[in-house]
Amino acid sequence: METTMDCCEGIRSSAISRRGVLLGGASFAAWAHLPKFARAADGRDPRLVVIILRGALDGLATVAPIGDPDYVGLHGAIALTSNGPNAALPLDSFFALHPAMPEFARMYREKKAAVIHAVATPYRDRSHFDGQDVLESGFAGPGRVQSGWLNRALEGLPKGERVTSALAVGPTTPLVLRGAAPTVGWAPVAVPQAAEDTAMRLVELYQHRDPALASALKQGIALDKTAQGDDMKPKPGTNGGAMRLVARGAAKLMAADDGPRIGALAFDGWDTHANEGGPVGRLAQLLGGLDGALAEFETGLGPRWRDTVIIVATEFGRTARINGTQGTDHGTGTLALLAGGAVKGGRVIADWPGLKPANLYQGRDLAPTADLRAVMKGVLKDQFGLADKVLAENVFPDSSAVKPMQGLIG
Amino acid sequence: MARDSQAALVALNRFGFGARGGASGDFLNAASDPRGFVKADLARSNGALLEVPGLQSTPALGKAVFDYQFGVQQAREAAAKSAAPATEGQSPPDAKAQRRNLSLNSIAMDMAPKEQSREQAAKPPENPNATMAPAETMRPNAPRPPAPLNIIQKTFRAEALARLQRAIIADCGFVERLVVFWSNHFCISASKGGPARMWAGSFEREAIRPYVLGRFADMLKAVEQHPAMLFFLDNQQSLGPDSRAGRNRNRGLNENLAREILELHTLGVGGGYSQEDVTALANVITGWTYAGRLGQLGPPGSFVFNANAHQPGAQRVMGKIYDAPGVTQGEAVLSDIARHPSTAKFIAGKFVRHFVADDPPPALVARLTDVFTRTDGDLKALAMALVDSDEAWAAPLAKMRSPYEFLIAAGRLLAQIPNDPARYLGGLNTLGQPLWSPAGPNGFPDTSAAWASPEGVKLRLDISAQIASRLADGVDPRDLLELAAADAASAETRRTIERAESRQQALALLLMSPEFQRR
Repeated sequence: METTMDCCEGIRSSAISRRGVLLGGASFAAWAHLPKFARAADGRDPRLVVIILRGALDGLATVAPIGDPDYVGLHGAIALTSNGPNAALPLDSFFALHPAMPEFARMYREKKAAVIHAVATPYRDRSHFDGQDVLESGFAGPGRVQSGWLNRALEGLPKGERVTSALAVGPTTPLVLRGAAPTVGWAPVAVPQAAEDTAMRLVELYQHRDPALASALKQGIALDKTAQGDDMKPKPGTNGGAMRLVARGAAKLMAADDGPRIGALAFDGWDTHANEGGPVGRLAQLLGGLDGALAEFETGLGPRWRDTVIIVATEFGRTARINGTQGTDHGTGTLALLAGGAVKGGRVIADWPGLKPANLYQGRDLAPTADLRAVMKGVLKDQFGLADKVLAENVFPDSSAVKPMQGLIG
Repeated sequence: MARDSQAALVALNRFGFGARGGASGDFLNAASDPRGFVKADLARSNGALLEVPGLQSTPALGKAVFDYQFGVQQAREAAAKSAAPATEGQSPPDAKAQRRNLSLNSIAMDMAPKEQSREQAAKPPENPNATMAPAETMRPNAPRPPAPLNIIQKTFRAEALARLQRAIIADCGFVERLVVFWSNHFCISASKGGPARMWAGSFEREAIRPYVLGRFADMLKAVEQHPAMLFFLDNQQSLGPDSRAGRNRNRGLNENLAREILELHTLGVGGGYSQEDVTALANVITGWTYAGRLGQLGPPGSFVFNANAHQPGAQRVMGKIYDAPGVTQGEAVLSDIARHPSTAKFIAGKFVRHFVADDPPPALVARLTDVFTRTDGDLKALAMALVDSDEAWAAPLAKMRSPYEFLIAAGRLLAQIPNDPARYLGGLNTLGQPLWSPAGPNGFPDTSAAWASPEGVKLRLDISAQIASRLADGVDPRDLLELAAADAASAETRRTIERAESRQQALALLLMSPEFQRR
């Protein structure tokens, strides 16, 4: 298969195997594994935050392959462009970042943020629940496992006083952090309203099955909006504000000397079936919220930011081609974002599969060329010194074929 | 037997509180023998009684609340006395009241130390896999813990918790639904004041539960002689104009209870009674009261007949002369109107409206009226006749679950047995059905229109989203849909749940689906 590696600096040989290749990277061989406490003695006190975006993020809209000749044709009216009023932020000669993420762009320029593109978990179907199960459990398939890879990673750490409980942000512990290792919970003051997206889905169901309830609910929503004084206007910062709030609180807790070293949180609302929007619109609002949350972590963690890695991941991607309602459907390949002072950033890491019809997964989706578990493993290994064997057997069971991605931490 | 999923929905949702989750097998059991599943609930002897350690009798609760209120009053008077000579403006009255409450609360705590320690200890993490610290302990600037509960609040919560737990664990829940129906029919309101709040639970345990599968006339008598009802409708203040107390105090009749007995409890509006009948019945039941703190007429908090307040002489009610002396005069009236044809018709109509349809099928109402009359108000026979009717199984599931039914059904499906009633009480307040506290003596409304209002549905969605945000992580909403509705679920509902972007959203949508909201 043809690759379009000329988009990136660094490695130009198409002979190099695809999987796990780090494009644009330089010295990924040098980082030797050090035991955690050795590093602690160096004054390093690593932090890890996992942010799960529920609903399957459109990776092609977040970091757009604007150098790919097929991208605009597939993404149509919502495609990002490198010029115009809301131009995408160039990351390199091939990829450009969604304009709603200026903070991430700055971190990227400061080489404290990286993108891993065309990545996916081993899950290849299209159910959110099962996809989230795989993403969070760390198993190769959905199996209703009751523990998550981050919790098992915690179990694999040397027992000691420095890494205590992990922090679960939100009203319950997400699966990724559930398990035998202790966790603590924190939730910001609840915003006691159902998401607008949930309400719209319910209206849709009622319209088919229960017109009386459809009418009541629509009126109820309208009343609510009137009462809140934002009559059908878009709500800038509604989602974004909530994300920032959550991140601010979590950062404060994790910044404490005796605070949790590991945290997990989830942001909902990424299922952009319809009216996804391009440089502005629904997805832009969400990405703006995520961008703000990353900035909150940077500010709130203060000196700890230097040793922090944030992983942003989602259960799968979305179709490469937009659908009839200006949105995208459930797809496969997507991206993961890394941010934090410990990240060896300034790179889009991708073995780009291309967007020609023949190169799409099932003719629909960005084909995954990297395993998300490799990313997680690479971070866990370099950040906490977890051994390959522990990662392959306990944290991500039966994954010895998936080697930790090297050189993500610098 | 063949599996009938639609009938299972009827059995579980129309008659019961919905399928339980986990390994209950409720849906399969209901689908294989729908009528048998419902009737099994009726077959348990004493299945309606609620006997929970720590729940006390009405007189014991009455004594506690009288003593508590007396203490509050004494403290207030003492404070007023000591504050009087002090210079003005030094200590605001609010601060004094707070201090006073604190000491009284500690007295109340001492009175029931077991209750208190149980309430405080009973907060294990929701997710047994994680040792979650309570959110408050991690929250920066966490508010100070609320003041300890007083004896009234504690009692109300304990009673509420017992009722909620019973409803959540009941097999089908038909009997619990009957309890709720009759409790609403003979409602009191806990917001009337301390004694009503204190007695709301014991009223239901003592005057409703023993009779939901018994005789209507017995329930009627128990209700109208219960201190909670006498307090709620002010009968303890009603004095016969010609009684000794009435003449001495220059006070007289209060028709409140008599009117509601005829209008709401038995004959119904248009049931053939006149204002003269109301006044006569009010006279008949003068002297029906409860003993106060000093217990001059009997143990504090118990029903007593105060002959000094009773209007002497014969009374004509509904065309019949009652000339028996004392409390038996009123008992004879209640016994007769419990058997009145208007009562049979009124009860049957309300019963069918509650369980089957807002516009009750007339033939079914007529049949149940006949059963009521023929069996001398045997409420078990009435319930049985409803289950045996074809109409109850054929009518579309069009009624909206009440907020209470909805929250209980959610708790059952999610297999959450509460150890603290606060969330339920809060949800019921939000959704407009505060527990044991209807706005008037006619109880909470019982039609879909009342509960399917725009604000109501939107608030229900918000509550569903909150429930889902707390509880969806450990469950698969697709499995829950199987447990709740199986193949009786519509394709649209199934698809909506399967396509939700998260378990949280899917669970909120399941809880809001027509299959879950309608019964």
